[in-house]
Amino acid sequence: MTLKTITPVPHTAFRDQIEKLSGENVARCYQCGKCSAGCPVSFAMDLAPRRIMRAIQLGLKEEVLASTTIWLCVQCNVCSARCPREIEVARVMEACRLVFQQEKFKAGDRDTMLFHKLLLDSVRRWGRLHELDLAASYNLISGHLTANMGLVPGLIARGKLAILPHREARSEVKKVIARVEAEHRKDKAKAGGKA
Amino acid sequence: MKSTSTYAYYPGCTLKTTAREFDVSTKALCGALGIRLLELKHWGCCGASSAHGTDHLLALALPAREIASASQMGWPLVAVCAMCFSRLKHSEAALHDESMRNKLSGIVGKPLPASYEVLHLLQVIDNMRDRMPVTRPLSGLKAACYYGCVLVRPKDVSRMDDVENPQIMDRVIRAAGAETVDWNFKTECCGAGMALPHTDIMLKLSLRILNQAKQAGADCVVTACPLCFANLDGYQKQMKKTFGSDPEMPVFYFTELIGLAAGISSERLLINKHTTDAMSLLKNKGLAGEPVHA
Amino acid sequence: MPRVGVFVCHCGTNIAGTVDVPAVTEWAKTLPGVVATSDNKYSCSEPGQASIRKVIEENRLNRVVVAACSPRMHEATFRRAMVQAGLNPYFLEIANIREHCSWVHGNDKAMATEKAKDIIRMAVAKVTNNEALFPKTIGITKRALVIGGGITGIQAALDIANAGHEVVLVEREPSIGGHMAQLDKTFPTLDCSACILSPKMVDIGQHPKIKLMNYSQVQKVSGFVGNFEVEILQKAKRVDYSKCTGCGTCWQKCPQKVDSEFDVGTGKRTVIHIPFPQAIPAKPVIDWAQCRYCKFLDWKAAGEQGKKPPECRVCEKVCPVQAIDFNQQDQVVTEKFGAIVVATGYKTFDPAVYEEYGGGRLPDVITSLQLERQMNAAGPTGGEIKRPSDGEHPRTIVLVSCVGSRDAQKGRPYCSKICCMYNAKHAIMLKEHDPGVQVYVFYIDVRTGGKDFEEFYLRAIDEAGAVYLRGRVSKIYQDGKKLVVLGEDSLMGQPVEIAADLVVLAAGMEPNIGAAEIAQTLHISYDTYGFMVEAHPKLRPVETNTDGILVAGACVGPRDIPESVAQGSAAAAKAVGILSQDSLTVDPMIAQVDPAKCIGCLLCVAVCPFKAPYSETTRDKRTIAVINEALCKGCGICVAHCRPKAINLHGFTNQQLLAEVQALW
Repeated sequence: MTLKTITPVPHTAFRDQIEKLSGENVARCYQCGKCSAGCPVSFAMDLAPRRIMRAIQLGLKEEVLASTTIWLCVQCNVCSARCPREIEVARVMEACRLVFQQEKFKAGDRDTMLFHKLLLDSVRRWGRLHELDLAASYNLISGHLTANMGLVPGLIARGKLAILPHREARSEVKKVIARVEAEHRKDKAKAGGKA
Repeated sequence: MKSTSTYAYYPGCTLKTTAREFDVSTKALCGALGIRLLELKHWGCCGASSAHGTDHLLALALPAREIASASQMGWPLVAVCAMCFSRLKHSEAALHDESMRNKLSGIVGKPLPASYEVLHLLQVIDNMRDRMPVTRPLSGLKAACYYGCVLVRPKDVSRMDDVENPQIMDRVIRAAGAETVDWNFKTECCGAGMALPHTDIMLKLSLRILNQAKQAGADCVVTACPLCFANLDGYQKQMKKTFGSDPEMPVFYFTELIGLAAGISSERLLINKHTTDAMSLLKNKGLAGEPVHA
Repeated sequence: MPRVGVFVCHCGTNIAGTVDVPAVTEWAKTLPGVVATSDNKYSCSEPGQASIRKVIEENRLNRVVVAACSPRMHEATFRRAMVQAGLNPYFLEIANIREHCSWVHGNDKAMATEKAKDIIRMAVAKVTNNEALFPKTIGITKRALVIGGGITGIQAALDIANAGHEVVLVEREPSIGGHMAQLDKTFPTLDCSACILSPKMVDIGQHPKIKLMNYSQVQKVSGFVGNFEVEILQKAKRVDYSKCTGCGTCWQKCPQKVDSEFDVGTGKRTVIHIPFPQAIPAKPVIDWAQCRYCKFLDWKAAGEQGKKPPECRVCEKVCPVQAIDFNQQDQVVTEKFGAIVVATGYKTFDPAVYEEYGGGRLPDVITSLQLERQMNAAGPTGGEIKRPSDGEHPRTIVLVSCVGSRDAQKGRPYCSKICCMYNAKHAIMLKEHDPGVQVYVFYIDVRTGGKDFEEFYLRAIDEAGAVYLRGRVSKIYQDGKKLVVLGEDSLMGQPVEIAADLVVLAAGMEPNIGAAEIAQTLHISYDTYGFMVEAHPKLRPVETNTDGILVAGACVGPRDIPESVAQGSAAAAKAVGILSQDSLTVDPMIAQVDPAKCIGCLLCVAVCPFKAPYSETTRDKRTIAVINEALCKGCGICVAHCRPKAINLHGFTNQQLLAEVQALW
């Protein structure tokens, strides 16, 4: 393990960005750790939620965005419900993911990122989630070729896994996604114009 | 006499595939209770559980589309999937802000109301639990009501019940004649979408929930979420393989149990299609098949 | 003819550094009515005052303006100088050219000098219209009321009584003693709580100047400093104290057992009872609502419906002196007091709202106060630590800090101050009771600000081997016979899971039940939580904004025992300060109603925050408002509301204020 000296930068654009996106006041966190203690997946994270909050307070952007935490967060909201300082920690995690996407950051928990990307790809393609499509493409791309595949034959046999996707919402959902992406382009152009 | 009430119904993706019994039992139950469900036309995905961590606007736009079509029908919107319910409630809350409403309206290409009634089916049934037609009381059944995360959290979005010790499902299950146990894991996470990328994490969390339910004296777990159901019901064999303990705990959708109480056969409710055997328990308690007196 | 003198102060460089004092002094001579001006390095100093007196006498001045600091600083000083020079002190006006001018306009000398002139011009215009005012005096009832018989109220009552004044001590419960009586040992000295408290309780019971009213409540307060009139409700004890000897036969024989409030539900008591052996008064009360005979009477009154309850009356039969009186009724007595000390104390936070800690339904999750009762040799377990679920001795014990403290989510964002220390005490005591136990303490910060506190905390680690884990517990659940405690060791940054036999929640402090109602009865302020508000948190910590009403101890905010005792004594000193005077001087700068102009709308009665105006009927049967001089603070709210302009505020008459404003243009 390499030890690193931290240079705290309390008021960074990163912290402002997170606070704006989440609507939460990160500085209020007093590091009690109730979020980490109650988090169902903190044991698997590299920086448990409390440490993410601390890293944001100190402006440690790289550490936050590179952490597996922001991807392992399942948005169960236990942290938010129990926070003694009434901070919606789950919203902060969500904001971190959004910044990650906006800045096209590379690192973190690739498997989870891939899962979310493929889920949305499936929705984009069919209008609804097609689970077989998601599972198959996930296994192919992630390289975990046989993950969960043991369940598939049973599900198909009991008529619970559709082989063909439902396509009735396809064109409408495609339109919604296209318009959302157009909005993003508009926002980007506006931000670029200002700069 | 049956009282009739009408709702726009949003099933959600999984209810047509892996959670087919949730959809089937919902429709059968509502038929028996005199609740008219009109399924939304051409409904699409609500975006759970990926859009809200990836694209904030998309996460609001997809459910807003469903709210728009419900408002065109003019009936309150009902969901049964806890995830879909939560995403719909998030969008509903976003509509209160005028500029966001206008933006979303442009994206979905339909007018959007400033607020809309989005309900979970549990709330509808809870309101009529005193006049529920129970023809086959679930006597002898001890259920652990498992609410999961997003049904009650975040509190200001869900606005349904206490976030740590909710009661609404317990009330309706008791109204169906079963006993419910007091336990501590009603709203602990089952591992949710971790099942695919991190199966081991999910297995650990789900096993702990099933063990706690057993310890509280329950003989089954009841849920309102297809993802929770998939994890709790679908992976018990793998839990045994990984941790050496087989919970052997039947898991139900609340619509299945209340459906049984309303006199619908276990086969019509697709209870025989569960991954973990639930039929033996029902046979034991005399609740399998058609009601005897019917 | 007014002959005005203007005295401009340099205040060292405080004023002169910004305002051109010599120029202002010279300019002031041009103001109408001004016959003399002078400037001074420090007007408030003795030479400064002497020079003012000299100028007054030489120029036969009858009005004075001192242009200096805020009247809050030295108005009284210069009024004394006026009296010494033979003038009515209310012929003085202060022009505040320091706080209102030089201190806030340091970067613009020219403008600051102009502003100083404006302020002085206004003061001169006002002083020309001033009238002579004469303070009045009112009498004092030389008795004090102390509300609450915990350690704070006990201390206050004893100190006032020892100073020679009569005291009535009102206690809601059957006995005085409060929370301190429930404690086993006290930090940081580990004194036996009862051993140091009971002598004081006995003193209360025996003091010739103290009248103890137990099982009683204050229900109405009227009047003002020196002259309060208080209605006290004495709940029916159903025991004639003039006959009762406190022999104890009745409570030994009473067949009806109920949960003991004193033991916080961990033990039982009889219906006729004293709450604990050292109770003062050592005479019992009957908890009537739970008494079998009461239930029998109710059954009879309701037409003998349902099962007949036993007619009991055992206490009556066994009492050797016939002191039981089932017919005794609640009584209201009215008493007069010169000062009131409020010491209503606290209650512990109810952790049932922490659903994540089991919501009060896990039997082996107890509160610290319940642990105190278990540890006490006179407690329900005889001093043995036992798990409530199965009576076994716990080996692994987890103490959880900040339950109902520093938690905005549960509506209690403040620190309760005492819990860190009593957790350390419990860690030490638990080890002493059973050397085989291991104690874990979850904390966020260990706060040990106090004499010998840090050393005491170190004892918990060094001697008792307690393991301190920095993190707030997120969940507690039952797993078989064990309780699983989930927390984070935030210093390691890793989740912690402890399988415990017993969990003790360090419940925080909150205002006692009924604190807000008492505050409303007394017309004193309380904060959002129900803690009483002091007149000034630093400089007037035991006074309130109502003269003669004092607050002390944990009813003001979280306090430990030494602080509560100190505050009890402080409030006593303030009370004695009032009671030892023969009369009180009332400031004459108060409102007065002109009965000829008053139309009797009584809007003033409604708006006054001090309850000074009241209605009266004149001889010609008109309703008019009259202002109680002792209660009026001279705030002027009634003046502003009075539509027929019938109220005038002495010292701030409409004429004076208008002159002041008109002087500006």
